[in-house]
Amino acid sequence: MTMQKVKQMWARYRVFLLIAAAVILIVLPLLGFKNSTIRIFCRILMYTTLAGSLNITNGYSGQMSLGHAGFFCVGAYTMAILATRFGISFWLLMPLAGIAAALIGLVVAVPTLRMKGLYLSIITLGASEVIRIIALNWQSLTGGSFGIKDIPRPAILSFEVDSPSKFYYVFLAVAVLFLFVSRRVLNSRVGRGWISIRENELAAKSLGIQTSSAKLTNFMYGAFWAGICGAVYAPYVQYIDSAVFSLDEGFNILSMVIIGGQGTLVGPVVGAVVVNGLTEVLRPIGEWRFVMYGALIIVMMWLRPQGLMGASDNVLAGGKIKAVKKTRRLSAGVQK
Amino acid sequence: MSDILRAEGVCRDFGGLRAVSDVTMTVHSGDIFGIIGPNGAGKTTFFNLCSGIYKLTEGRVFLCDKEITNLRPEVISRLGLSRTFQSTQLFQFMSVLENVKIGCHAATKSRLVDVILHTKTYREDEEYTTQKALETLQRVGLSQYADTMAGNLPYGIQRRVEIARSLATDPKILLLDEPAAGMNRLETDALQDFLKQLNADGQTILLIEHDMKFVMNSCNQIMVLNFGRKICEGSPQKVSSDSEVQTAYFGKGGINHAQN
Ligand SMILES: Nc1ncnc2c1ncn2[C@@H]1O[C@H](COP(=O)(O)OP(=O)(O)OP(=O)(O)O)[C@@H](O)[C@H]1O
Ligand SMILES: [Mg+2]
Repeated sequence: MTMQKVKQMWARYRVFLLIAAAVILIVLPLLGFKNSTIRIFCRILMYTTLAGSLNITNGYSGQMSLGHAGFFCVGAYTMAILATRFGISFWLLMPLAGIAAALIGLVVAVPTLRMKGLYLSIITLGASEVIRIIALNWQSLTGGSFGIKDIPRPAILSFEVDSPSKFYYVFLAVAVLFLFVSRRVLNSRVGRGWISIRENELAAKSLGIQTSSAKLTNFMYGAFWAGICGAVYAPYVQYIDSAVFSLDEGFNILSMVIIGGQGTLVGPVVGAVVVNGLTEVLRPIGEWRFVMYGALIIVMMWLRPQGLMGASDNVLAGGKIKAVKKTRRLSAGVQK
Repeated sequence: MSDILRAEGVCRDFGGLRAVSDVTMTVHSGDIFGIIGPNGAGKTTFFNLCSGIYKLTEGRVFLCDKEITNLRPEVISRLGLSRTFQSTQLFQFMSVLENVKIGCHAATKSRLVDVILHTKTYREDEEYTTQKALETLQRVGLSQYADTMAGNLPYGIQRRVEIARSLATDPKILLLDEPAAGMNRLETDALQDFLKQLNADGQTILLIEHDMKFVMNSCNQIMVLNFGRKICEGSPQKVSSDSEVQTAYFGKGGINHAQN
């Protein structure tokens, strides 16, 4: 009911709301917030892309990956190593880090092609750990447990991105680009192919969809954006070590996707805001907040398996079929 | 008349059970070919073998003289064999139009780069897909349901959506597994008229059906399976007067009874 209203409002005031959101997002760091607050905004934006890209895999093609932190790790180390050793420009390394993560994604995805559900999850989980352990032990390349220090900050000509409020705009640009590109992809032949695999793989195959290559593309696409996030994260914190990219981090990203809602673009955005917001609000109770997340996820699974903003119109919603689905985009096409 | 689908000595074992045993048959261009037989005779298994969902134990399958034995389902589909399922396999949570759009996937080719940059290929593909999907819905008489979520439709209509989706692939041969199951008499008759029209427009069809009246009225060639073996093949007249077929159906009251 309320969801319906939200959707109507969105449909009617879309342009206006988008402009308003853009203005707010652009002026936000200029409003005199403390650096610590700006850092929270940065986290939210980074996780928007991280959770969003995991959602492309989990929410759209229905492959339950648990190893997203691994690709985040690959991106961060690609940036950190190449920037500190060879001084290559950040702007060149960013896409390179994405590609590196996508290639590792390919390596992880190939053995999972014939697997479903739990098996795929376990392989991605294992792969994520393997990546972290390599980062921890390949001392000569990654600095081992000492990590990599003094990662150079990006610069545009002589203008250095050296404060949280400047990084804020980099994270914002990445998130906006991610959402823009992903929207295009999902509303196309490529995206429809992914969704059809999620909905019914047998039928998809029988209609000629090359499910293996579609799944690989999907997995690599998700990994690519995680790599990009890593590439921005490394110079942002200026110091990385393998401990950051543990399974905990993977589950942290996953929790945002699940709480926000799988299979919609806004879901992970909301998930990133809610989870990171809660982290701050609940800081006084310390480690107990993880208990709160756990409880939250359980309650969500009960009441709203599709997540806060999740669509009830897909198999991930646990089979709750809505009465009639009317999409503006579709009805516009059907006049005859 | 050229061969569209040819099976040669096709066998399939499940453990100790030979579900399909040495079936040889040919569907010619322009046929509406029917497969009948008691429950568990191996009809669906035969479809699964032709469409690449199961691997053959023995034998070979050809589509337009090209061997398709044990190719993957998506490859066989792209070569021009499209099928529906006995238990409908729709994209339940997608609209009817989107279901049919998936049928246009193989005929289009835009890749990740195209859809991100909205290249010419992307625009042409989207236009083709939308156009083709709407056209197909109109052809099958489902235009009014374009925006309805497939899983919400009555069973009989879901079956037609599945046919529409298959048709959108422009198949050389359409395999229908019990298309009239779950339909009432009126719907069944409408389906029969539709399939005849489709066939008159040049579509070759291979179908499995329990509804004898339906099969006898619509098919020009019929094959009867029993315990995985082909026990008879020929025109409706020939098949309905065959004594072995009568025996196979005896437990179900015979063909004549089933007709009523
Ligand atoms: N995947 C499978 N594993 C094991 N046995 C199977 C499998 N699929 C089919 N069978 C067996 O093969 C035989 C033929 O089944 P099939 O589904 O092809 O029959 P059918 O002619 O389509 O029957 P119906 O009219 O009930 O649809 C049955 O005995 C069935 O139990
Ligand atoms: Mg069957």
